[in-house]
Amino acid sequence: MSLSAGTFESLELKDVGRSFGGREALAELNLTIRAGEFIALLGPSGCGKSTALNCLAGLLPLTHGEITIDGKRIDVLPSEKRDFGMVFQNYALFPHLSVERNVAFGLQVRNLPKSEVHRRVAEAISLVKLEEHAKKLPGQLSGGQQQRVAIARAVVLEPRVVLMDEPLSNLDAKLRLEMRTEIRRLHQSLGLTTVYVTHDQEEALSLADRLVVLRAGRVQQIGTPEELHNNPANWHVADFMGYRNLLDLEVVGVDGPQVRVAGGGLELTGTAAQPASVGDKVRVAIRPHDLFVVEGAGRPPGSNVFTAVVTVVEYQGREFAVEVTTASGARLFVHAATAPPIGSEVTLTLDPKRALVYRFVLDSPDSTDTGSIEESRLAEVHA
Amino acid sequence: MSTATRRERGAASSASLRHRMAERGVDRKLLMLLPAILFALVLFVYPFTYGIGLTFQPLQGTVDKWGGGIFANYVAFFGDSFIFDSIWITMRLALPAALFNVIVSVPIAFKLRRKFRGKRFLSTMLVLPITLGTVLTAQGLLIFAGRQGWLNRFLIQSGIISDPLQLVNNYLGVTFTLVISGFPFAYLLISSYLSGIDPSLDAAAKTLGANWKQRFMRVTLPLLAPGLATTFILTFVLAFSVFPSARLVGDPLGTTRVMALMAYRSFAEQIDYSMASTIAVMMGVIELIVIAIVLLGRSFLYKGSTGGKG
Repeated sequence: MSLSAGTFESLELKDVGRSFGGREALAELNLTIRAGEFIALLGPSGCGKSTALNCLAGLLPLTHGEITIDGKRIDVLPSEKRDFGMVFQNYALFPHLSVERNVAFGLQVRNLPKSEVHRRVAEAISLVKLEEHAKKLPGQLSGGQQQRVAIARAVVLEPRVVLMDEPLSNLDAKLRLEMRTEIRRLHQSLGLTTVYVTHDQEEALSLADRLVVLRAGRVQQIGTPEELHNNPANWHVADFMGYRNLLDLEVVGVDGPQVRVAGGGLELTGTAAQPASVGDKVRVAIRPHDLFVVEGAGRPPGSNVFTAVVTVVEYQGREFAVEVTTASGARLFVHAATAPPIGSEVTLTLDPKRALVYRFVLDSPDSTDTGSIEESRLAEVHA
Repeated sequence: MSTATRRERGAASSASLRHRMAERGVDRKLLMLLPAILFALVLFVYPFTYGIGLTFQPLQGTVDKWGGGIFANYVAFFGDSFIFDSIWITMRLALPAALFNVIVSVPIAFKLRRKFRGKRFLSTMLVLPITLGTVLTAQGLLIFAGRQGWLNRFLIQSGIISDPLQLVNNYLGVTFTLVISGFPFAYLLISSYLSGIDPSLDAAAKTLGANWKQRFMRVTLPLLAPGLATTFILTFVLAFSVFPSARLVGDPLGTTRVMALMAYRSFAEQIDYSMASTIAVMMGVIELIVIAIVLLGRSFLYKGSTGGKG
């Protein structure tokens, strides 16, 4: 395998921002990407993640900040001179060119000798296992195959960075899993520095070395999948990381990191993920997997024990997803090994460490400290 | 289709005849085509075949002069250089005008693809001439660009020229009217073809390192080419049948003695319906030859989806 990645030390985004007619789509993005890293930009639609990617690709000019590679500014270069590969959501294959010629496109516009073009195209096509389709037009391929062509077309140039804009969102569930593994395999074998945009947290967690969570154009948290998964910086990140139960409660007592919260007939102990004091409005985030249904009769010991009525049961293969309603009417999502009958009362327990207490008010988009939620804020959470 | 035939080949279908006909697309809804068929028969097929019939009934004078029996009109058409030359005269007008309309529309449509302030106003101005009739255009051009027109008077009075420019009553005048009336068509067609090309293809080519020239030559042009061919055919046909402006702002006895004028001359001045029909039929034949050549070239191009909103 002689295809490789273009070399550099680090790619730096400093205070990058982009506005559209006075509206900020992206603001104060600070990020240092090391060579070979896989970065996922994660967030709901309209959070600025695609804007960030297009700014990196040079398809959108920046309104603030700068992008440098090893200290050299590249945000002033036009897209065609940046040497970045890009994979588009709709593949953007040239419909009038065969698979081979699509892949060869970037090499041909660089006027490389024919023999080299031929060799590298053949290599890239075999890398994505499309040898038998090399002569076909993109219209004759399935969605997954088209996406492979798009990837081959980007990596054949041995780009310094590969940018992927929701590359799997047009594929069906099975193909998406397959392609996810494929992308991970390519990244590992070629050592490609990759920036990957997605709204799918599972995709981001499984692929990325580091995640950047965005909301309303601002960075919410940057960290490894483990960091984000276990210690989200605010309830928005928690919501995105699969903390399906978000309860709006009020702080009634603080004991070190332990916080006693109550509201609507429910009272439980949680861990402060953000500083909290008595009387604060907070939002408590709990993963369905951290709520346990107590088997058998009898009240188990511990402070976080409460009862609820089963309302919905979904079979999910290995386990059951159960929706329960507490006496106060709050709905909670729980995972259970066995299916409790609908309408029955169950007892739930919860480890106080796994109930994360967040400030109710997210930093508003125009406050200045949101953009810098980074390692410092994370360290605070770890403590 | 295949399921229907397979079913019929097997054991006798249990479906009724009407049902089986409907599966092949034959049902009562076909009656809705009746008005259109009637219309075509009465207003096109009958007059057209009648006209072709006329061409084989030459006047005695034509037969005496050119011979050829019932083909005398055609012998005359090819033999009489006064008539035959009008083919080249028409071509000399229609081909450059159609080419100009297509080629100039491409960059304008390209620029107007993006949003900017005043875009709607500009595209309205570009399309507006479509609403003007050819006679109005010709009259306007006479007043504007004639020897005593505003343009010449302005240029002379401001001292830029000393003698008026000869812009009308010649080849140039007719070309102007062909561009004025043909350009909006070409522009509208090409901009709709262009909007059918997915803009992310251009972005993809950009990230692959292609400069604008390479992007245009390797991506946009190949995808646009079939549309350009169609646009060329339409503007060419429009220009080829030019008549009022050739007479009003042209030089009807010289450089703009187009085929339509020759047909009119036979019809109205020489009262030779059969010769007029012959010239009209030959006009159609020549247009068809040009169209066939363009379509042949087009058949070598990629014609599939261009990924856009189409």
